[in-house]
Amino acid sequence: MPDRPAHPSRRDALKCLAFGGAGTLFVLAGGVFTPIDLAMAGEEASTVAKRGRPLFVQISDTHIGFAKDANPDVSGTLARTIALVNALPEAPALIVHTGDITHLSRPAEFDLAQQLLSGLRTTEVHTVPGEHDTADATVTEYFSRFGQASGNRGYYSFDHAGVHFVALINVLQFKPGGLGTLGPEQLAWAAADLKSRSASTPIVIFAHMPLWTIYEPWGWGTGDADQLMPLLRRFGSVTVLNGHIHQIVQKVEGHVTFHTARSTAYPQPAAGEGAGPGPLKLPPELLPGSLGITSVSEVKHPRALALNDLTLA
Amino acid sequence: MTLGNGRILLPILCATLLGGAALGARAWAEAPTPETVVIKDFMFAPMSVTIRAGAQVVWVNHDDEPHSVLSETGLFRSGALDTGEKYSFRFDKPGTYHFLCSIHPRMAGTIVVQ
Repeated sequence: MPDRPAHPSRRDALKCLAFGGAGTLFVLAGGVFTPIDLAMAGEEASTVAKRGRPLFVQISDTHIGFAKDANPDVSGTLARTIALVNALPEAPALIVHTGDITHLSRPAEFDLAQQLLSGLRTTEVHTVPGEHDTADATVTEYFSRFGQASGNRGYYSFDHAGVHFVALINVLQFKPGGLGTLGPEQLAWAAADLKSRSASTPIVIFAHMPLWTIYEPWGWGTGDADQLMPLLRRFGSVTVLNGHIHQIVQKVEGHVTFHTARSTAYPQPAAGEGAGPGPLKLPPELLPGSLGITSVSEVKHPRALALNDLTLA
Repeated sequence: MTLGNGRILLPILCATLLGGAALGARAWAEAPTPETVVIKDFMFAPMSVTIRAGAQVVWVNHDDEPHSVLSETGLFRSGALDTGEKYSFRFDKPGTYHFLCSIHPRMAGTIVVQ
C-alpha cells in the first residue's frame, strides 16, 4: 500500500510502535520469516507493512468477567480494541480469537463478550476456547455458542485468500502435568487435513495455549505438540499463533514462526516471576501499552505474511 | 452452641432408639466439620487430606486467579471458582481420589477416604 496521508491512524500507530519498541514485524521472504525490530527499522518497517494487504487480526484473552485491580474494566479495553480494529485503514477480512473469551465460563460473560465482539466491522470471527472458556462444570457454555464450526470437537480448518487456517483445541486436559494436550484424535485429524495441501500454501495454525514449550513449570506449552511439528515442516510458510500468556513471545524455527499475542484484558508476569501466571498489576498509565492485538498482512511480492503487534497505548 | 448441642443430643437419641446401634451413633458423633482445602498461590493446601467416609471436603479459593476442582475420574467437577468462592463434595466411599485444577492442571491434590 502506498504512503497515504488520508490514513494517518495506521501510520501513526506504526510510528508509535517504531519509537516505542512495542512490536516486531515479520516479513517472509523466500520461505523464511525475518523479524525486524520496529524500534530499529523505523520508517523502513512501516513502508514494508504498508505494502501488505490486511489478511486478519488476532484478538486474544479478552477475559470478560474479570474485574480485579489489574484491570477493573476489561469490557472497556475490549471496546477500545474493537475501535482500534475498526479504525484500521483497510478492514481485515476476518478476526481470529485465540481464546479465554471469558474469565469464568459464565453465560452472562459469554453474552457480554458476544455483544461486544458484534461491534467489529469484520463480522467473520473464528474462535478457539481457552481453559477459562471450558471451566464450567458441564463444559457446555463455549460449545453451545461457538461449537458449530467444529461439530463441537473444538478443532476445524478453513481457507481464506489462498491461506489455509487450522484451529486447534489444547485446553481439554484432564491429566495432571500442566501442559496443554491436543490428543491422538485431533493429531490424526490434523495430519489428514494438512496432507492434501500443497507445500506452497501458507499455513496459519491457531490455538489458545502455546504450541511450543515456553515455560513448563507454569504449563506454558503443549505436551504433544512435538507430534504436530513434523506435519508442518514441508510447508514453505507456517505461522503458529497462540494466546494464554498475555505477552509477546516469539520464535522462528525453519519455516515456522511461533508468536503469542497480548491480551486485551491484563498482562501477566514474565515466565517464573512470582507464584504463578496470575494478573499483573501495572501502574494505570502503563496498562494500555501492555494490551493489544496482532495484525497479519499478506505481502505479495515476494509472497509473505507479516505480523504486526499494535497496542492500545 | 445450638449446633454443638444438637450434635451431641442426636446421637444419644439415635443410640437410645436403636438400642445400642453403637456404630451408627459413633458415626453421628464424629460427623466432622468439613475438611477445608485452601487454594492459594497456585497450590492446594494441604495437598493431601485424609477423611472418613461420609465426610465433606470444602475447597475455597484465596487466589486472585480463578481455579477449579476436577476429579481425575470425573466424579466431581466444581466449575470455575472466583476469589472467595467455595465448592464442597461429600465422599461416601473409601478410596483415594486425585483431583486437579482444570485451569492450571499442574495444581493437583489427593483426598484419601477411610
